[in-house]
Amino acid sequence: MSEAIRVTTPAATDSTYNSLWQLVTVRFKEYAREPEALFWSFGFPILLAIGLGIAFRSKPPDIIHVAVAAGSPEAAKLADAVKRDSALAVEVLSPDSAMVALRTGRVALVATPDTGGAVHYQYDDTRPEARTARLIVNDAAQRGAGRTDPVRVSDSKVRERGSRYIDFVVPGLLGMTIMGGGIWGLGYSIVDQRRKNLLKRLVATPMSRAEYLGSYVISRLVMLTIEVGVLLGFTIFLFDVPMRGNWGVMATIIVISALAFGGLGLLIASRSRTIEGVSGMMNLAMLPMWVLSGVFFSSENFPRAVQPIIKALPLTAANDALRATMLRGVGLSGLGLELGILVAWGVVCFGIALKIFRWR
Amino acid sequence: MTSPPTATALAVRDLRKYYADVRAVDGLNLSVAAGECFGLLGPNGAGKTTTIEICEGLTTADSGDVELLGLRWDNDNNQLRQRLGIQLQETQLADKLTVEETVRLFRSFYDRGRTVDEVIRLVQLDEKRGSRVGKLSGGQKQRLALACAIVGDPDLLFLDEPTTGLDPQSRRQLWDLITEFKALGRTILLTTHYMDEAEILCDRVAIVDHGKVIALGTPRELIASLGAEHVVEFAPAGETSSVDEVELRALDGVIAVRRVAAGYELQVAALHRTVPALLALLTRRSIELAQLTTHSATLEDVFVSLTGRQLRNE
Repeated sequence: MSEAIRVTTPAATDSTYNSLWQLVTVRFKEYAREPEALFWSFGFPILLAIGLGIAFRSKPPDIIHVAVAAGSPEAAKLADAVKRDSALAVEVLSPDSAMVALRTGRVALVATPDTGGAVHYQYDDTRPEARTARLIVNDAAQRGAGRTDPVRVSDSKVRERGSRYIDFVVPGLLGMTIMGGGIWGLGYSIVDQRRKNLLKRLVATPMSRAEYLGSYVISRLVMLTIEVGVLLGFTIFLFDVPMRGNWGVMATIIVISALAFGGLGLLIASRSRTIEGVSGMMNLAMLPMWVLSGVFFSSENFPRAVQPIIKALPLTAANDALRATMLRGVGLSGLGLELGILVAWGVVCFGIALKIFRWR
Repeated sequence: MTSPPTATALAVRDLRKYYADVRAVDGLNLSVAAGECFGLLGPNGAGKTTTIEICEGLTTADSGDVELLGLRWDNDNNQLRQRLGIQLQETQLADKLTVEETVRLFRSFYDRGRTVDEVIRLVQLDEKRGSRVGKLSGGQKQRLALACAIVGDPDLLFLDEPTTGLDPQSRRQLWDLITEFKALGRTILLTTHYMDEAEILCDRVAIVDHGKVIALGTPRELIASLGAEHVVEFAPAGETSSVDEVELRALDGVIAVRRVAAGYELQVAALHRTVPALLALLTRRSIELAQLTTHSATLEDVFVSLTGRQLRNE
């Protein structure tokens, strides 16, 4: 052994001694050896997309259930008339059980004919389905009794790809994935290294700090390509989600968003020494955006007064840009505001983070 | 005395670092010769780690001067980083990486150095090279930390409490590795609160207390400064106070007397004269012994005689 210790090797130049390469490969290895991390970045968005896709898949138009209260000769006649409309499923029930069915929501409306030829409707006018039932049942009842319509009408049914809920939610999930990857991917790992004194140990070597941070940026962008590729490929294949924009525009939005959220992640992780502390801050940053930024429902639902604030959030900008490109095929020239907001977030966050970053 | 140093690897002059409620380093001076293994010995909280971290360029001093290998942190940061090897007191290396991947990562930061294989062999982790760091024992982790510290073939190696918390066998193994590194003529500065570690590894030792050097010399010189070769401890069966301290002091060969928990501690120059005299005294006073032990004087005894406290206050 004393022999070995005396041998000092000359400077090695091959790639195994390239520190940026080593830092990046170490990032990937650590990541790939963390099964939970793999699930949250790949499995979770896909499972969410599948769940939502099933829940909001395109279905034939809903059949509305209605009840006719038995007890008068007119009941059978009314039931027959209503049955002619294919949008309704009609049951004839005793008045008592008809009311139970209404209260439990099994039927949307109860129609009670009386001997004088009049019909009484009972329904909850706050339920859109019930109001629809009222219109259809009444129409059928009037026609059954001999009404003729003065205007001839014809219907053609249009079901547009791109207007379904799944088409709305996939760009939102994409934005959420980019945000989560940037914030978790940087924040957790950096604070964990600081907590273990590993960051201090690295800083005690000649390691370049720029390469250290660069290794995170590079590994995030590579991981993101895979995450986004899997989510997009999957939903386009399975749900036929439209991709009307240019892929280059799409890639630009994704990279700029990733850098903006990476900057935010770095800022969140720049001082904290504990996982608990950084987790709290990450949730504080992400939770409002999950709600406000139009991931699962449009951010237009919030009051006008707060719209400027919501629009300035990075996730809103990312989601709006992704939706505009995927669903409407908008090019870069139409995304100036959104991309500007994202670039501003990135520049400001990176700038502050590098100034206040705690290296030890 | 030690021979005068040929070249100074590390010079620390009047170093001060005050925190809000404590003077961690309070006017500390050091001079470490090239090729020397120098130990900072002191209890926890004496300012050893703050001192070594200032030398490592990881903490800034309030005042004072640190010169390493003729260079200073202000001007020669990059060059110094290339030439120093550092082991921090508490570092957890990445659990998910293997031994080999960890050493390879650290090797990549240095312009020159040993090969990864060589260093792994050196710290005797060949069989563990493919194992995850998280699966290593405490001693193996500490040897890996040493591997990361020496992979850049440093001219000056800093070791902060290198064997704290290890079992005796692992400590001995690390001592062997450090001794081998020393044999290469490289300079080492280590901190420890184990007197045996300082005695075995260090050419010279500075005893540090309250941020100051209170004694400096080779372990042999420091022990000799006590004027006592041995320490006798005894406990009477009855009341400790039944023994007269003045009488103890008057015994042949006794240099100093201290009350300790269960009895007395005598620093003595000649064990063969003091022990019979002590036993005779106790017989005359009809005092029975509950316990009697002797040991050669150590750095621990030096610390006790300087401060009146034990090194290890666990």
